[in-house]
Amino acid sequence: MTASSHFPSYSEGKTNSVAASPLSSLKIEARELSLFYGKKQALKDINAQIMENSITALIGPSGCGKSTFLRCLNRMNDLIESVKISGTVLLEGQDIYAKNVDVVRLRQRVGMVFQKPNPFPMSIFDNIAYGPRLLGVKNKTDLSNLVENTLQDSALWGEVKDDLKKSALSLSGGQQQRLCIARALAVKPDVVLMDEPCSALDPISTLKIEELMRELRDKYTIVIVTHNMQQAARVSDTTGFFLLGELIEIDASSKIFTDPSDKKTEDYITGRFG
Amino acid sequence: MSNQSQKSITLTPSPSLMMRRKLANTLMFGGASLATFIAVVPLLLVLYYITVRGFSALNANFFLHAQKPPDDVTGGMKHAILGTLMIIGIASCLGLPCGVLGGIYLSEFGKNRFGAAVRFAADVLNGIPSIVIGIFIYAVAILPLKNPHFSAWAGGLALGVMMFPTIMRTTEEILKLVPISLREGALALGDTHWHSILKVVLSTARGGVITGILLAIARISGETAPLLFTALGNSGVNLNPNRPTASLPKAIYDFATNPSDYWHLLAWGGSLVLVAMILVLSIAARYFTANRLGESN
Repeated sequence: MTASSHFPSYSEGKTNSVAASPLSSLKIEARELSLFYGKKQALKDINAQIMENSITALIGPSGCGKSTFLRCLNRMNDLIESVKISGTVLLEGQDIYAKNVDVVRLRQRVGMVFQKPNPFPMSIFDNIAYGPRLLGVKNKTDLSNLVENTLQDSALWGEVKDDLKKSALSLSGGQQQRLCIARALAVKPDVVLMDEPCSALDPISTLKIEELMRELRDKYTIVIVTHNMQQAARVSDTTGFFLLGELIEIDASSKIFTDPSDKKTEDYITGRFG
Repeated sequence: MSNQSQKSITLTPSPSLMMRRKLANTLMFGGASLATFIAVVPLLLVLYYITVRGFSALNANFFLHAQKPPDDVTGGMKHAILGTLMIIGIASCLGLPCGVLGGIYLSEFGKNRFGAAVRFAADVLNGIPSIVIGIFIYAVAILPLKNPHFSAWAGGLALGVMMFPTIMRTTEEILKLVPISLREGALALGDTHWHSILKVVLSTARGGVITGILLAIARISGETAPLLFTALGNSGVNLNPNRPTASLPKAIYDFATNPSDYWHLLAWGGSLVLVAMILVLSIAARYFTANRLGESN
């Protein structure tokens, strides 16, 4: 039995998989990427390619290294002491771990949305304007235009346009998370990393964020870590399966969820373990 | 089956056991309430007594005039109130920036041996009797002068030295409460470490940091011992920090130990003003603590 019967709905309208869109070019490439927390190896020789303007989902059981891998892509792991990394990660062909790379600039190009919504304790406006202000945007009209455009892109404008001065903490959990996505988009990144962005949200908020992700795909390259395999199947073009620090398989989502090459992948997505 | 072995155990307690448990519960609850009451009684008595004795001293003379001869009932405590404010001001100028910046260092960069040493030193400094601090400042900041003299500078320095470990440690603890997700959020937007501390971490913890500062000020404003060898005292109004300066606690001591009845009254009035100052600071601190995570805006 194949896994397809467990996910009857995913394949409809899914023609934009990697294989089906040869126009998209290579955005991120990891080569022989290994990561150690102290002596414990968390990632083992990861080789992966992430295509431009696509959504790549990373799935796998807890502790398998998918979040760690995600955080390698904008060097968030730099913040953790005792982390050692070998191998290379190329962003548009440039090694982001090279000595002359400005991490601050890198993180502006590779934005991140976290598992728990983490709006800053300031107004909605100031949350969105935080990144642009870092980049030196000071003019008030420029800022408010930017905030409005960003909120419209994030489908949050209608809900908050009268409350821009209100504390971001007064929003609901789902709105907070969309605000955090908007905040990340406000600095116009190339890539948006999402670390289980819906795991703290109810199904309706989750749906809204999934819709948003599909809309954002035209402009951004999205990498999302998720525990929800239906979500991976619904939104992603490519899916990578991690297990015990290894990238077992990465391929078009339609292939992974119907006809995975590896037995372990099949076991996982059919719920036999994990 | 395991059920058989459990059958022999009765889970119905005997009435006497139930009685004993209830009794213990009542006794302990009563004992804890009583202890709390006993702890609060002295506080209430002090507040009551000071208010009753000191309130009648608070008139225009009290606030507008400095010390006068003991039998002159138009004398007041203006010199001591202004002196205390000046000394606290000097102490805050020293203790506040050192304390807050030190706290930021310990919380954000202090996960090393140096940080641990500073933390330990601050805790030790916190526990040093205040008179020792006074003698220390006397020895290092007054005696070496060409023309050794007491001054508000020295008094403020002594109190500042007392303030900064308190502020440093409370700032550190409060900053550590700011969730790591907020720091990462700022860094992921391409923020620099220092700017993210300033804009996100400090603004999140603002209420708590202010609370720590206010409590430190409240703590030092009643200190007498460190001022004995530093600011000394002054019977007149002095606004030159380079000269000996009066302070409320020291003036209370001087007035209370004089036979004059009017000076006793002034001492009570001074006590009331001092307690009121500390009370206001503590209430302000409570207000900021309640809004610690910055939801007030």
